This record gives sequence, C-alpha cells and structure tokens, in this order.
Amino acid sequence: MRLLEVKELSVTFPTADGVVRAVRGVSFGVDAGQTLGIVGESGSGKSVAAMTLLGLSRGGTVSGSALFAGEDLLRMTEHELRTVRGARVAMVFQDPLSSLHPLYKIGWQITEGIRAHTDLSRHAAQQRTVELLGMVGIPQPGRRIDDYPHQFSGGMRQRVMIAMALALSPQIVIADEPTTALDTTVQAQILDLLHRLQRELGMALIIITHDLGVIAQTADDVLVMYAGRVAETAPRRDLFYRSHHPYTLGLLASVPSAVGTGRLQPIPGQPPSPIALPPGCPFHPRCDYRMNRCATEEPALIPVSDGSGHQSACWLPTGALGTTPAAHAARQFSAHRHGPVTA
Amino acid sequence: MTTDVLLRADDVVKDFAVRRHGPRVRAVDGVSITVHHGETVGLVGETGCGKSTLARCLTRLYELTSGTVAFAGRDISRLSRHQLAPVRRDMQMIFQDPYGSLNPRRRVGSIIGDPFAIHGVADGHDRQRRVQDLMKLVGLNPEHYNRYPAEFSGGQRQRIGVARAIALQPKLIVCDEPVSALDVSIQAQVINLLADLQDDLGLAYLFISHDLSVVRHVSDRVAVMYLGQIVETAPARQLYQQPRHPYTAALLSAAPVADPDRADQRQPILLTGDVPSPADPPAGCRFHPRCPKAQQRCTVEAPALVAREPGDDTHLTACHFPLDSVDELVPR
Repeated sequence: MRLLEVKELSVTFPTADGVVRAVRGVSFGVDAGQTLGIVGESGSGKSVAAMTLLGLSRGGTVSGSALFAGEDLLRMTEHELRTVRGARVAMVFQDPLSSLHPLYKIGWQITEGIRAHTDLSRHAAQQRTVELLGMVGIPQPGRRIDDYPHQFSGGMRQRVMIAMALALSPQIVIADEPTTALDTTVQAQILDLLHRLQRELGMALIIITHDLGVIAQTADDVLVMYAGRVAETAPRRDLFYRSHHPYTLGLLASVPSAVGTGRLQPIPGQPPSPIALPPGCPFHPRCDYRMNRCATEEPALIPVSDGSGHQSACWLPTGALGTTPAAHAARQFSAHRHGPVTA
Repeated sequence: MTTDVLLRADDVVKDFAVRRHGPRVRAVDGVSITVHHGETVGLVGETGCGKSTLARCLTRLYELTSGTVAFAGRDISRLSRHQLAPVRRDMQMIFQDPYGSLNPRRRVGSIIGDPFAIHGVADGHDRQRRVQDLMKLVGLNPEHYNRYPAEFSGGQRQRIGVARAIALQPKLIVCDEPVSALDVSIQAQVINLLADLQDDLGLAYLFISHDLSVVRHVSDRVAVMYLGQIVETAPARQLYQQPRHPYTAALLSAAPVADPDRADQRQPILLTGDVPSPADPPAGCRFHPRCPKAQQRCTVEAPALVAREPGDDTHLTACHFPLDSVDELVPR
C-alpha cells in the first residue's frame, strides 16, 4: 500500500461567471522516501489539488478519495484533519514572507506548532526549535529564535518554513513552488537541503512547480497537469526522454535549457479557461498532432507501456512523437561535451 | 552583427538616499558596458545586484550620480528632458510586469499609438492603420484595437508592450525581465517574437534576466553583475562554457537544467550565505565572503575588470584568481 493514494480527485468552485472546474478526476500516489513532482502552468490545478488534500480549498466542492495510511483525508472532519495537517502532512509555501506572521518571533511561531500537537513543555519545545533551525542551516539558531521574519533574508525565511514543516516529523511534505521566489544560488541551496533532509528523515516529498528544471533535478515520478487533469505521468527519465503527450513535448520544446541551442518551439495559443473548457481533449485546440476524434472524445489516462507506470491521456499511439527535445539536447550535449555541465 | 557601438556606458554610478540626509546606497558602482548595432547583450544577476537600476540609468529614466552614457555617438547623460525626446525614439524599454506597465483605463489601440502621438509622427486614420500593422506584426488580432488591457492574457499584454516599444523603429530596446512573469509555453512565444523582430528590424537588445538559460538562448554577449558591479563579461558561448569568475561559475552550476541526465551529472557549487546588503558592501572584492577561492588579497584589494588572457579582450573578469577550470571549485 502506498503512503498516499489519491483517486479521482475533483474540485469545483462556483463563481458568478460559472462553475470553475479546477481539478477533474486526478489520481496519483507517493511512497515514503520518494519525490513526486507535479508540473503545470498557471491555472492547471496543481496547487488546488494539493491544498484540497489538507482541506485548504475553502468553498470548493470536492469528490474522490485520498487514502493516507489507510484513512481518507477527504472524509475527515475538521477536527480529525487538524491532527494530520502540519503534523503528519506538512506544507511549505512559495512565499515565506506572507506565510510567516510578521509580528511574532520565529521561535514562537515554530514552538507554537509543536506545542499544539504534542505534550512537550515550553522549554523542550524551544530546544526542539533550536535543533530544527540548526538542521536547516540557520547560523546561531539559539540567538535567531528571538528574531522576527523581516530580520531574515528570503532564503533564510524559506529555511524557517522548512524547519516549521519538519517540526513534527511529518510523513509527507508538500512543497508548493518552494524556490520560485528565490534567487538561483539560494534556490540551489534550498533544493539541496530538501533533498538531504528527505534522505535523512525518509519522508515523502511532493514538489509542485512550473519549472521543469526543478523537476528534472528532484523528482522520482512526475505528474504533468493541464486544464485540471493529468496529461501524462511517468518516472522522471521516461517523461523527459520518452514523452507521449504532445503537451509534455510542447513544454520541453519551450524551455531553453532543455532545447540546447535550437530555436524554441512554443505551444501556440493559451490554456483554456477552466469555466469554458473545449469539448474533447482540452489540449486539442493547441495541439499539432490533433485528429478528428480529439475534438469530440476526451482521452482517458491509460498506460503507455506495461509496468513502468508511464501513463498518458492522449489518443496517439506509443512512439508517435519520436525524439523529444531533451533527448535530442542530451545527445547533442554528450557528443561535443567540453567544459562544465551548466545551463 | 556590425561592430560599431550603439550604446556605450562608462563608469556609471547610481546612489540612492535611504532617508533624506541619511546614508546612501550605491546600487550601481562604476559599470561600463557597450551594446553594438543589432546585437543582444544579456545582463544577469540576482535580486538587488543593480541590473534594473543600471537599465534605468542607461535609458535616463534615472539621473546618473556620475559617469557617462553615449548613445549613437552622442553623450546623453546630461541632456535635459526636452533634449532627450528625440533620443527616446531610438531607445525603448519593455518591462517585466505586463499588468503594471499598461494603463488599465486606456484602450490598447491608444496605448500602442502613444509613441506616434508623442513624437507627432502620425495621427487619425494613418495612426490607426500603423497601430494595426504593429498588432499584426507582434501576433495580436488587429480587430482588438478597441479593447482594454484587462481583456488580454499575460502573454498578449507583453506583446502589447513589445508593439509599443517597436512603434518608432528604435535601434535599441532595453528589456527588463521581459518574460519572467509568463508561463513557459508563453515565454517561448515572446522570446521567438523578439528574435524575429531583431532579424526583421535590425534591433539591438539589452536583455536583463535572472534566468540564465533564457539569457544564454538570446544573447550574443553576456555580462554578470554582483552587488552593483560587473564581475565578468564574455561572448555568451564562452561565458557559459568557460566561466572564469567564481561567482559566474557558481551561478551557472546552480541553475536547474530541464534534462534529467545532465541534472544528475551536475556538481553544483553551493555558495554559503546570502548576497550582502549594497548599503554596506564588503571591502576588497565584494564576492570574497562567499567565495570558495578567496585569499587575503581579496579582502583588501578590489580586482579590476580586465582581460585575464593576453590577446583576448572580449572576455573580461574582475577576479584576482580567475579560474582555469570550473573543477577547481567542485568539492571532492
């Protein structure tokens, strides 16, 4: 049994303009010690899907199931959920400045979470906090617990958020764009930290990002979302080198670091509005490979090859896309490799 | 690419007062840079390194504290607002935020038509026709002439900004993070649009971005900034393959690559600590507190930006101990 098994998750929000179908029948799972990367563009439903697991998509109508250690997160009462959220499943958000309370000391904010979930004394919780801040690489943690969020830099604040997420030794950490607001050198530090802590603590990690570079570096399995659905899911190398869905291919052909020196091949048009999705496959109006049936029948997510876990929601036969840009660039790269491995 | 210089900045300095009569922050500290006709110069650096401030100094949106900027052979650094007007026809800017840089209460046609109105180039039907030609050129539907910015997506708004910038057929466009706010598939559309316009109109770009792979993709030459100074500049290919400044090497090694095999082979050079405050920069080489190669000399003497290989005046490095190979920094 997997640590987390999400099945047919759907979330809709009623709005004045119509029903927003943010997440439509999404299934995924993650095991202890594994990293699942969820990638997609703005409005693809990737954040809503993750927030819903912790009961954080207020106002939405939710269906499906999310079994976590045998219990369904989506059926829990608010009271039951409070014992899970933050303690057994923790979250790290994109913007540490707006997720930390500006008027409370860092130490207090972490200690409070620990004391809400455990019987530790104030003193013991404080000690644990200092230990956590040290673990995420904050210098002089004993002194910094008395500082306020504005006294930390962006990278240090993200470390505080990670310390807070790890405070109760969660089994799953969901990181929603954890490095998007950070500079390149700091991003590398934070990704390295998450990876190291995951190895040491054996937790499962779900990284939500729009950055295929972050995915290539961190994920074991990848979920590509488009218009609220899973377009493709596969182990990391299969996804990059043997993409089956034209949307995945389109994303890769749009990223300079995947393409190498060739001209970028952007996906034409824009993602559809979640209120007025096109009939059939939601990607068909932008797809270079569309066929007649794509405009009328929405393809199901089905296995691409046996046993590998590679699935795609596309009517194309296996291998139709040929060599992916990443595979091409990798070959180009190893053919005349000189100098360091860089962007 | 022709070799004549279009824009030349010499020793540009820009100070900001934190409070009135308070301490001053030197955001740009003695930067010299050139852009030739028809070329793209990439400017990379992290938050607060002064790259946007430099862009605004070069376009005279900010007054320089000292230094000079020459555009098409003419010193523009002391020109009055009135004298600048004709220069601005040839030098335009595209901004990062496609939401903040377009007036939400004005129709797209009149936003793009502004340059024609301001410079008295065209009016009436002639202006409308030229605006619609521009809209077509940047991939917008000319029939949307009377719509408001809110009716367009982020990528389309950036196209509006591009149309406005190219209206008067400038020689140089300073692009400040032009694609950072866009989704990847849309980002690629705008990058290709900028490349096509460069081919068709012979534009030069100063392309500012924190995204190293985007800069590599578009640039002929690249300059790397750290704490208000340029630490290294070289032809793009050379800079990415053989960085000589330890900061450049660390920055390049830290950038994520959307390719699992290359990502696995990578040995990132992890820098310790954060970028220091420009209000109180370190003495000597500004990078020395974070530099894995720093020695005594680096703490007292600031290195000059000079060629480190005899005879190669295109690759300049501000480092006392430039790298021969990136492997010097990779932990064993």
